[in-house]
Amino acid sequence: MLNAIIAITLLGSLFGLGLGWAARKFRVESDPVVDQIDALLPQTQCGQCNFPGCRPYAEAIARGEADINQCPPGGEAGIKALADLLGVEAKPLNPDNGEEKLKKVAVIDEPACIGCTLCIQACPVDAIVGAAKLMHTVIESECTGCELCLPPCPVDCIDLVTPKKTLADWRWPRPEVDHPATLTAGKTP
Amino acid sequence: MRRPPISEQLERARNAGSQLHHFHGGLRLRHNKKISCELPLEATPLPPRLFVPMLQHSGLSAEPAVKPGQQVLKGERIGYFGVKEEMAVHAPTSGTVKLLARRPISHPSGEDGLCVVIEPDGLDQWTQLTPIENWQEADPALLRQRIREAGIVGLGGAVFPTAIKVDDAHLRGIHTLILNGAECEPYISCDEMLMREQPGSIILGARILQRAIGAGRTLIAIEDQMGAVNESLKAAVKEAGADDIDIVKVTTIYPEGGEKQLIQVLTGLEVPSGGRPADLGLLCQNVATATAVANAVVEGKSLIERIVTVTGSGIRQPRNLLARIGTPIENLVDQCGGYTEDAARLILGGPMMGYALTSDSNPVIKAANCILVLSELEIEPPQAEMPCIRCGECVRVCPALLLPQELNWQIRNQQWEEVVDYGLKDCIECGCCDFVCPSHIPLVDWFRYGKAELKSLQIERGKAESARVRFEAREARLAREKQERRQRLEQKKQGLRDQADKKKKLAEAIERVQSRKDGGK
Repeated sequence: MLNAIIAITLLGSLFGLGLGWAARKFRVESDPVVDQIDALLPQTQCGQCNFPGCRPYAEAIARGEADINQCPPGGEAGIKALADLLGVEAKPLNPDNGEEKLKKVAVIDEPACIGCTLCIQACPVDAIVGAAKLMHTVIESECTGCELCLPPCPVDCIDLVTPKKTLADWRWPRPEVDHPATLTAGKTP
Repeated sequence: MRRPPISEQLERARNAGSQLHHFHGGLRLRHNKKISCELPLEATPLPPRLFVPMLQHSGLSAEPAVKPGQQVLKGERIGYFGVKEEMAVHAPTSGTVKLLARRPISHPSGEDGLCVVIEPDGLDQWTQLTPIENWQEADPALLRQRIREAGIVGLGGAVFPTAIKVDDAHLRGIHTLILNGAECEPYISCDEMLMREQPGSIILGARILQRAIGAGRTLIAIEDQMGAVNESLKAAVKEAGADDIDIVKVTTIYPEGGEKQLIQVLTGLEVPSGGRPADLGLLCQNVATATAVANAVVEGKSLIERIVTVTGSGIRQPRNLLARIGTPIENLVDQCGGYTEDAARLILGGPMMGYALTSDSNPVIKAANCILVLSELEIEPPQAEMPCIRCGECVRVCPALLLPQELNWQIRNQQWEEVVDYGLKDCIECGCCDFVCPSHIPLVDWFRYGKAELKSLQIERGKAESARVRFEAREARLAREKQERRQRLEQKKQGLRDQADKKKKLAEAIERVQSRKDGGK
């Protein structure tokens, strides 16, 4: 009996020490939950969630300080993914944060631009190039459509437009129920 | 199916063709090929206008390299794609560029695309050709470069740039080149006709490709139904004295002409999911592609024409035509005697994998292996879709060993992770499951939609990732700038303090000297 107690105690403390050592030795710097939440966010960096970017919002969700329904660009699908990850009930988007819109990109009306660099400073993903007193332009492929460049522009020369679709962007559509005719021509007799 | 160890796999791949195997599923379909094989191959006369689409492959469109009013010669490059020469488009005849216009381009979307419209001058004059005459001694890299410049794509229907495939094959080391002459889809007979009429150029193309990739031998796979083809190919092999070329007859089961299915028949091995035939040391090319390679290397001619089967019960005289890229389909139909009274549907490609065209003014493109016109009788009226009864017929026929009924359910419910797990990417869209489904579920349409969604998701994720990286880089830069500004300020303050100190010390020194002087007095 005593042997058993001593053995179990010894083993327990041994494993405890081992685990404690491993926890220190192999400690992961970043919080993996934050990373997982961050990976589900659309990375628009628009700040509509009232946090200065997607990562801070992810950290706030992880700390329990923010709700999962504050991200308009992520939309319903984003909320559902977050709910699945965190094991909570999905809820509709909080209207205080904005509404889900189609993705657009910013375009600068170049002749009207006065080169004030205010939009460059506002862009969270460095998608605007230009210099003081020189024309600015948006790198379309990098623009997240966050709208943060709109308010600072003193001459109101930035527009949000739906990106142009080319044939290369064409995708097979979702089938409708009344689909085209099937063929019997080659059927085995 | 359990995979044998790698060494055994390679051994079996090396012996490809020595013993024939089976692939899972497939369908035995009525061939309907004879009707288009009775008349000999004929070239299409020059149409009054040629409409050459800039987009002839999946992905991005080429940029036109010509302006309206410009004179072009046959084989001259009229569309280019930046550094990617393999996507180039060439003028199918000599003449004048009339205009660049958006027109129907025989794309599955049915939408218009940019076309170069050429009015032929009737001379059909070739541009300066640079053939590689002694290809037997030529540097393989030169041969591959020639294939690249000629704008050759896989002519079996997938239109993947041949140059990319060949370069990859060269890098990875290929022991066997497989020429795919197993044209398993009903009605299509363009490859059969080619093998019957121009076996010599196929063999020549095979030998050039073999040299370009460094393969030791070539297997030409043909169907057991193609009677005359075997003899003509054998004679051509004999004539060329190429003892490293073998001809293998495979049983006709749809979709045996699929790359992965054909390799499974020849070696008994599956190409791994997400992998390529090069993993087994094999390279698969269509026989028509081999002819294009032969033309490009030996004669210096770019890919500007292809054989098209014009067939179906909606055509008066079905036959195979050698048509220039850009010829309107109506010209081909006219050459075949026109439509019958009950012609009802125009399809580009075969009955299983083709897609319907809305107009016959669409041009012939590199991918156009068949123009199929079906009559009213052959088209089933649209049938109402019924719920899946889980009969498992689709699983039985799927050549890629997938579970179509499960995939269908998951795609409808947008369970994208499961869709990936169940291997949607391995679906070859052959249409077998669609064909046998008793509930008339348009399974392939769903799979195409699912693949499109997966692609969009992947692009979206890529964009989000790049936005995240840029955001973090900006944050880091701002933090660094702030830090630097603080440091500069600190230094300035320190400098001022030092200066004040100095002044103070100087004043003290002056005072000391002064007081000493005063004391000396």
